[in-house]
Amino acid sequence: MGSFELICPAGNPAALRAAVDAGADAVYLGFRDETNARNFPGLNFSRPELAEAIAYAHARSVQVFVAINTYPQAGNLAPWQRAVDDAARLKADAVILADLGLLDYAAKHHPDLRLHLSVQASAANAEAIRLYRDAFGVRRVVLPRVLTVPEIARLNAEVDVETEVFVFGGLCPMAEGRCSLSSYATGLSPNKQGVCSPASHVRYEPRGEALASRLGGFTINVFGAGEPAGYPTLCKGRFVPGGGTSSDPAYLFEEPTSLNALALLPELKAAKVCALKIEGRQRGKAYIAAVVGAYRRALDAFERGLPVPALDLEAMVEGGAQTTGAYTRAWR
Amino acid sequence: MKPTLTLGPVLFNWPAERWRDFYARIADEAPVDAVVVGEIVCSKRAPFLAPVMDEVIARLAAAGKEVWLASPILVGSDRERAAMRDLLACDVLPVEANDMGALALLEGRRHAVGPFINSYNEATLAWLAGRGAVAVSLPAELPAASVAVMAKTGAALGLSMEVQVFGRAPLAISARCYHARAHALHKDGCQFVCANDPDGMPVSTVDGQPFLSVNGTQTMSHGYLALAAEIDRLRAMGIRRFRLSPQDLDMVAVATAFRAVLDGERSGQDAMAELRGMTAVPLENGFFHNMAGAAYADAPAA
Repeated sequence: MGSFELICPAGNPAALRAAVDAGADAVYLGFRDETNARNFPGLNFSRPELAEAIAYAHARSVQVFVAINTYPQAGNLAPWQRAVDDAARLKADAVILADLGLLDYAAKHHPDLRLHLSVQASAANAEAIRLYRDAFGVRRVVLPRVLTVPEIARLNAEVDVETEVFVFGGLCPMAEGRCSLSSYATGLSPNKQGVCSPASHVRYEPRGEALASRLGGFTINVFGAGEPAGYPTLCKGRFVPGGGTSSDPAYLFEEPTSLNALALLPELKAAKVCALKIEGRQRGKAYIAAVVGAYRRALDAFERGLPVPALDLEAMVEGGAQTTGAYTRAWR
Repeated sequence: MKPTLTLGPVLFNWPAERWRDFYARIADEAPVDAVVVGEIVCSKRAPFLAPVMDEVIARLAAAGKEVWLASPILVGSDRERAAMRDLLACDVLPVEANDMGALALLEGRRHAVGPFINSYNEATLAWLAGRGAVAVSLPAELPAASVAVMAKTGAALGLSMEVQVFGRAPLAISARCYHARAHALHKDGCQFVCANDPDGMPVSTVDGQPFLSVNGTQTMSHGYLALAAEIDRLRAMGIRRFRLSPQDLDMVAVATAFRAVLDGERSGQDAMAELRGMTAVPLENGFFHNMAGAAYADAPAA
């Protein structure tokens, strides 16, 4: 088993250069359209930008993975198939796919293209992973954030497919690719349009000293005077379990918090995880440089058997809070 | 072809006796053609139903219902994998797969693809048909334009295509139990508090607006998805199966209303009015009309 691969996000060319320069082993990115799960305004790559990005990365021995991980729209498969064709033509090192039909297309039309299974496919057991390997030749699976580290270890003992796990950044408390909460509130969905809690449907509403954040027709949170107002990501809002009203609404699904699994490096290594993924394609280059650089230093120390330096990323985590999420059983 | 009315699995934690009695009444009185049974949300609940499962299946089969076993939605933990394997070990009834792991194990067996496997387009349908699926139940969030393409492709592939027309829309599944979390409990020591909410735990916004419904590890819509007024349009598209998801209300009456619409004996609008009289829960059809799922399109296009 070699060293962990560090897989880093890039939402634009500047972020890609920052990630490469800060020590990424691979960068993942998407085209500027609905074919990827981070379809935010002003984000992602044109074809010429991808070509330049690949040239920049390959010159520095860094790989580029192209995420084409939304579910193609019925009757309009062409944009997704073209994305796969273009990624192959531009010599991306892998495409990250979720849809069965698109995996089938890629396997048939580009037999030499390396296929990774997106976290959006929600493959959480050995049986499912073997199916993706046998049917499409998938070489790596990005595991959904629903498994504990011991479960990941048992899974890796059963399958001969590489596994990649998220170690830092935003945290989906729901099984990825199986969540329609955003679609329910706004009509736009992660699976269809590649957006979750889209900014186009966000409103901030002053209420005296307080500030309410709304998504579509629903209030997602109310922040008191002086309380920092976070973005109304639906699953990280305050609600009233049991219904009605309450003076003490709860973070029912998840607090505004960031995943940080640095402390679990020994366990993830023992579990035979191959690659560690940092979330955050919507982040700016300064954030990317800081997080990737910190993780690079930590991984280098870890691989040499040295004490792992603290990340010093307090300013980088949402709400100043960190969690090891589903990796530890207590989260459930 | 005569349309099939399907009753999906009970998603909530009902006591075994209630669950058994519910299906006894469905067997005797509900004009449904197919019934999908099984605990698909939480593997911790499955042992409660095991003692009455055979009796329920026999009763439904004796009443002439086509009975399917549903596989769990999320299969990750050891317990979930064991539940999936136990289910698939039984080769007597056909299985509706709700996870790719189950689909993997069903190769060579007649099976259906449930609404929790992501079937968003015709290429996926073709792949599923190629593996031997005979029916596909579409995800709730698909809009009419997608359903139309899927229905047409599915028919050409010999698939029986299904759409949920009643009951809370399933919106998310997690490794975490939100019922337990809301009661300051851990999933491992949940005390099965989800049993307190036979129709799901209401979740409102801080403004008191009803929003969601929590069912253990599952999150659902607050409103009941209701596509009675869209039945004619769905049939014209080529949809052949219509699914009702059980809620804590008179499901025999719900089934009877939908059966009458399918048989052309009453209008969809008329059935919607009856449904509104049966529950204070709002009815929703936004997903189908390419709006927020929580929305209701008052005058659906013909």
